[in-house]
Amino acid sequence: MLKYVMKRLGYAFLTILVLIIITFFMIHAAPGDPFSNGKAMSEATKLALQEQYGLNKSVPEQLLIYIGNIFQGNLGISTKYARPVTKIIADSFPASFDLGIRALFIAVVGGIFIGTYAAVRRGKKADSAAMAVAVIGVSIPSFIVAALLQYFVALKINQLLGPGKQLFPISGWTSEMHKILPAIALSLGPLATISRLMRTSMLDVLHADYIKTAKAKGLSERMIIWKHALRNALMPVITVLGPITATVLTGAFVVEQVFSIPGMGKYFVIGITENDYLLTAGTTVFYGVFLVLSTLIVDLLYGVIDPRVKISKAKE
Amino acid sequence: MIPKKKPNVMSKINHNETVYDCDCEVSADEFTHIGPMKNGGEHIARRSVGYFQGAVEYLMRDKLALILILILLFIVLGSVFIPMLSSYSFREQHLEHVNAGMFYTAPDGHHHLFGTDSLGRDLFVRIWEGGRISLSIAFAAVLINCLIGILYGGISGYFGGRLDNILMRVIDIINGIPYLLIIILLMTIMKRGIATIIIAYAAVGWCGMARLVRGQILQLKEQEFVICAQTMGASASRILLKHMIPNILSLIIVNLTLAIPGAIFTEAYLSFIGLGVPIPMASWGTLANDGIVNFQRYAFQLLLPAFFISITMLSFNLLGDKLRDAFDPKLRR
Repeated sequence: MLKYVMKRLGYAFLTILVLIIITFFMIHAAPGDPFSNGKAMSEATKLALQEQYGLNKSVPEQLLIYIGNIFQGNLGISTKYARPVTKIIADSFPASFDLGIRALFIAVVGGIFIGTYAAVRRGKKADSAAMAVAVIGVSIPSFIVAALLQYFVALKINQLLGPGKQLFPISGWTSEMHKILPAIALSLGPLATISRLMRTSMLDVLHADYIKTAKAKGLSERMIIWKHALRNALMPVITVLGPITATVLTGAFVVEQVFSIPGMGKYFVIGITENDYLLTAGTTVFYGVFLVLSTLIVDLLYGVIDPRVKISKAKE
Repeated sequence: MIPKKKPNVMSKINHNETVYDCDCEVSADEFTHIGPMKNGGEHIARRSVGYFQGAVEYLMRDKLALILILILLFIVLGSVFIPMLSSYSFREQHLEHVNAGMFYTAPDGHHHLFGTDSLGRDLFVRIWEGGRISLSIAFAAVLINCLIGILYGGISGYFGGRLDNILMRVIDIINGIPYLLIIILLMTIMKRGIATIIIAYAAVGWCGMARLVRGQILQLKEQEFVICAQTMGASASRILLKHMIPNILSLIIVNLTLAIPGAIFTEAYLSFIGLGVPIPMASWGTLANDGIVNFQRYAFQLLLPAFFISITMLSFNLLGDKLRDAFDPKLRR
């Protein structure tokens, strides 16, 4: 088990390092520089600015300084906002994270429930309906769902309620009510993925011998499904949680834009369009590291939850 | 003595008479040779159907699959021909009637089936023009992914050993980084345009296909026909391309179909956060992005591209599922 953990940690570290290096070189290759934003500037001022931001050093030197700084938790200063990138992230990430966690929660709980229900009613109308919804959920991009919810649920219902009254706010991020619609919009895709996966794995498990034994013992169907089958059927779902976290958090960019949520997505785009090297690099590296670590945690948890993984890895 | 029962004509055996007396002895000379069956001896009850032919026939019998194929054909052909044949171009502005509603006919005789956008451009043409761009991006990106994936996975699986190990670790690392982040980064250093989106998506999208092909090649490698080809001195590239890839072609086709919605989504996503094709070009993603500005007043400007994106993704997803069933002989019965 220790060997497995060390191996996974090593890969995670390597992935993060590669991400940092890729980010660095891509930002370097980007056209334009942060000081050519239309304002006239004398050569001396330009040189002084380059000196201040360390842009006159050689590229490998800059890379080493950059990596060193990142590991000290210093992502540099945004040229556009003249604020440390870490500050910007610290201000905006909580909203993104909050939205992501809510969406993930809805997706996991809802997906497990729908998948199990469809598997138990295999071949019946409920099954077909659940799977039809799942395919549609996979096929509609989250920003469209977000816009539709905003229009039909928030705007139209508020209009029906009359002036001054509202059920769901149209945009913003101040109260609990603000957080419901964005979370639903963001969760629909992953929810569909999880419920399809859950259905397949549940069907597999329901054919296992130990389920027949449980039936023969005379246990109720509810008991069999929720206590005996669910635990084993959950395993494949846990393996995709890592990638799904990545999908949810990157998907949050667009949902944030639709509902005007003060999250990190905005800075990502601004960093790119304004040639703000350090802002783009910082947000990318932060997101990358966050997602690599969450995948790592999920994988390690998988080893803890399913003893079979531990044994097979030990044999290896 | 001639036996009562002649064993030569199979169809005439009466099952009621097949009670043999155990005492009777039948010697070889009691039988006479009458030659092969006269007619129908070689008759095959059912037409012999090849693998792909069988799959196609299975698909054609499925009504839903047929409808999906027709929808996709309609969208593809429409994207190719409608912008060509239309009386408006996708960038032509009609400033007298901006933000016109659906089925709008202007006093000057202009007819806009889907209305116009905030710059007075005909939405009907723009939608099909957008389909052209979105679909060509999706098809091109997925095809490139597929080629890289087959090559990479094939080499990795066939040669195995240390090379396989290194190649797979590279994939592990690329997969560890969310692909949208890499695409966004790539988009920053390249000029906006169709080629950029294709290249950016192709740079990271091949990992899944490579893994799939590698897994299949690992299994096929152990089979007799491959060993046979090896003993006959076929080169590695010949074995891979002529013997192994055709065997996994069905799997590749299914995954290709299921990858297209992903590519359409990525294009829409990038356009939506403002990294799509440059104006005045239109893709479904940029149309949706334009539409969201006026969404509260002119909802159809978003709903139309949204509908086209969704229906195309849905059709490809469902068709992929159907293809998977059709190519799986176990499910076909």
